[in-house]
Amino acid sequence: MSRIGIDVGGTNTDAVLLEGGKVLAALKRPTTVDVADGVRHALVDLVAAAAGHPALGRIEAVMIGTTHFTNAVVERRHLDRVAALRIGLPANAGLPPFIGWPKDLAAAMRGSVHMVGGGHEYDGRNLVPLDRAAVRREAQRIADSGITSVAITSVFSPLTDACEREAAEIVREVMPAARITLSHEIGRIGLLERENAALLNAGLQGLAQRTTAAFVRALRDSGIAAPLYLTQNDGTIVQAAVAERHPVYCFASGPTNSMRGAAFLSGLADALVVDVGGTTTDVGCLKGGFPRQANAMVEIGGVRTLFRMPDLISIGLGGGTEIADEGRRIGPGSVGFRLPEKALCFGGDTLTATDIAVTAGRIALGEPGLVGRLPGPLVADSLLHMERMVSEVVDRMKTDAAPVPLIAVGGGSFLVPDRMEGVSQVVRIEHHAVANAVGAAIAQVSGEVDRIFSGVERGAALDDARREATRRAIAAGAEPGSVQTLDVEDIPIAYLPGNARRVRVRVVGEIAQLTAEDTRD
Amino acid sequence: MPRLLNAEELDLLAIGAWILGTGGGGSPYASHLVARQFYEDGGRIALLDPDELADDDVVAVVSTMGAPLVFQERMTDADFALKPVRIMEAFLGRPFRAVMTVEIGGCNAFQPLLVAAASGLPVVDADAMGRAYPEAQMQTFSIAGLGMAPHVVSDIRANDVIIPTASGWHEMERVRRRVCTEYGSVATTCQAPRTGVEVKRHAVLRSLSQAIALGREVRRARMAHEDPVAATVAAGGGKRLFTGKVMDVQRRTTEGFLRGSLSLAGLGEDAGASFDIAFQNEFTIGRRDGAVIVTTPDLICVLDSISGEAIGTESLRYGQRVTVIALPSQPIHRSAEGLRHVGPRAFGHDVDFHSVFGEEPA
Repeated sequence: MSRIGIDVGGTNTDAVLLEGGKVLAALKRPTTVDVADGVRHALVDLVAAAAGHPALGRIEAVMIGTTHFTNAVVERRHLDRVAALRIGLPANAGLPPFIGWPKDLAAAMRGSVHMVGGGHEYDGRNLVPLDRAAVRREAQRIADSGITSVAITSVFSPLTDACEREAAEIVREVMPAARITLSHEIGRIGLLERENAALLNAGLQGLAQRTTAAFVRALRDSGIAAPLYLTQNDGTIVQAAVAERHPVYCFASGPTNSMRGAAFLSGLADALVVDVGGTTTDVGCLKGGFPRQANAMVEIGGVRTLFRMPDLISIGLGGGTEIADEGRRIGPGSVGFRLPEKALCFGGDTLTATDIAVTAGRIALGEPGLVGRLPGPLVADSLLHMERMVSEVVDRMKTDAAPVPLIAVGGGSFLVPDRMEGVSQVVRIEHHAVANAVGAAIAQVSGEVDRIFSGVERGAALDDARREATRRAIAAGAEPGSVQTLDVEDIPIAYLPGNARRVRVRVVGEIAQLTAEDTRD
Repeated sequence: MPRLLNAEELDLLAIGAWILGTGGGGSPYASHLVARQFYEDGGRIALLDPDELADDDVVAVVSTMGAPLVFQERMTDADFALKPVRIMEAFLGRPFRAVMTVEIGGCNAFQPLLVAAASGLPVVDADAMGRAYPEAQMQTFSIAGLGMAPHVVSDIRANDVIIPTASGWHEMERVRRRVCTEYGSVATTCQAPRTGVEVKRHAVLRSLSQAIALGREVRRARMAHEDPVAATVAAGGGKRLFTGKVMDVQRRTTEGFLRGSLSLAGLGEDAGASFDIAFQNEFTIGRRDGAVIVTTPDLICVLDSISGEAIGTESLRYGQRVTVIALPSQPIHRSAEGLRHVGPRAFGHDVDFHSVFGEEPA
């Protein structure tokens, strides 16, 4: 069976046709204002490029990764107003939903704020019983206001989700057409950050529904009868109908897919990946073929959130990075996509990282004669400085001192030196420019659990978490027999009794066989 | 006259208090948000110099206690901070003149500000630790031999406890920890009231101003693209001890504490050397190439070498570029009695205290 992977980036939409581990066709098309148009063009051209190949007759799935939802938050566009229902009074009354948000984003998204009694303790006891009458009363107020997106957040819901579920039932009774986001399905422990992620999710569901519907039409228009999946932050996929309920899970799919593709194309499951573009260098860490997860707060569009995101470090270094002060200052300014007109080697007037690499013989680009006679020490110093920047950021991503392989991808990867301290080898791969689309095409389905256990043996806690993660993976579209544990992490917790530990488990499985019809329920 | 804090000083206090947390104390983020919201809604908070207290004024000493992880779901807001203060006033039968924090390091730096937001009471520019420490008997009032009762521990529900007497500071600490656990491992407290003269004699004076000044220097250095670590050292009268990279972090919870150790490999002028730090919620002892060179009560702070941001024990990880600095301790902590409460032996390290600043115990 073959698969199509598509990555919709800010500048380019990349597509690949993949079968049996081989890239049969690959292309880049400009991303369009209506992102589905770019997808349609890419699909039509991909089918044309692979014309006559039998793989076109056995496409089992199309996987799309998109930064569209992240951009909507950053640009404050296409966002719905959200009613925030917080369960947990009398706690946290002085920290209402939307606190600490940038004013413009709050203005675009704050519909109304509702706080009611309820919530749990870390050990599963009630904080206070859920105030059902208050939930019903507030749901009626939301219905009367005309808002249809609701985010429900309850204290310690990642550990005990009963209040959020019960409140959702009541809200659905009052407003059957509401789009409801439950925070425990989105984020981790950290009430405000989880609630923020849930609020963003609720405000993006409308856009996500319209976008996936347009993607499905683009598939039909290009004559492809395979089901559609969207890729997520952790390098896995879910059916489009599930993905549109959780658009925040697509936020970091671009860099994630690029890392997954690098793993696949290089055959390395445990490695660091450095992706050097025109303006920035991203470094991530692959563990078992998946990006390591960030276990910390991530800011999106100025809002603090905490949910599953890849652990990435970005620095301002790329092929277009400007070199000033005779090589003493590297960036952070960059000529970016204007490299072909601005760089010295293309006849421009700006000394860039690319010009240094051209002079040093690292890469043949443009007209080396145009770079002129750069002083030897300038070239050597700048190169050394840039290589130090890369090797330092690479080292920061490592979790221990042992040397690991490093996969270099991206248009500016010629800036990555072939030897680095703490790096066993620098791996360069074919098709690295479409690694992100390859990463989308190979994705599997996952499930995750993050929970505190107290008064339970460690083994029992891990088993329990694994079972729940598996249940979630199957619900997201995994073939039950294929589910495997990807990573397990448990951390003891300060000041809590009963040997409290926080357990995080992630599992993955192959996609269950579906037809295109199954994906639109 | 008390002076009004301005909104910027709230931000600076959050930066400075986190540095003085010496790895623990809990993040001030949520409490800072509450205070900032109060200011955005037009509220103001007054800061009172300790010298402005009359000798017989009564001051409320407040804190949030519990597990930092629980603080992430159940945060302290103004009303919850005020609750034990009102219960204490009813118990004493008289109102408080002002409010102060037990601990300037970490989230408790904002506790009296939250009380002030809900009550209008002024905040005394002082605390009882000059940093963060894990237990109640480590405060200056305990070292000075003052009493520990009465003590109010408040739940967010109606389960408040007044402890009118206790046989000692350690016993008080054990009882209130049990109570706090029953509440779900978060409680607000109003501790034994202090008179104006007790505050002036035994508290760490002007520590809020010091934390704000520290925060101001860090922010100024960041904005001027100067070295914020050097700025912190200069502003705090401290010393740079080691610059390196995190090689290993070990953590375990025992007896309700987060204990562990951190190993660094030197960079730059410290290349080739190693540095190890042990922590019990806060950093307690540092060894360079195996030899002890710094211990509590000197403040041991681990800062991000680039941003100058303080790093808590719970967020240390391999590969971070960090600089270890020491800030001077309070004279009372360096006294014989002080060292008994907060010296290296109080944290299980069988070594004598020698300050990196060269002062011998008084």
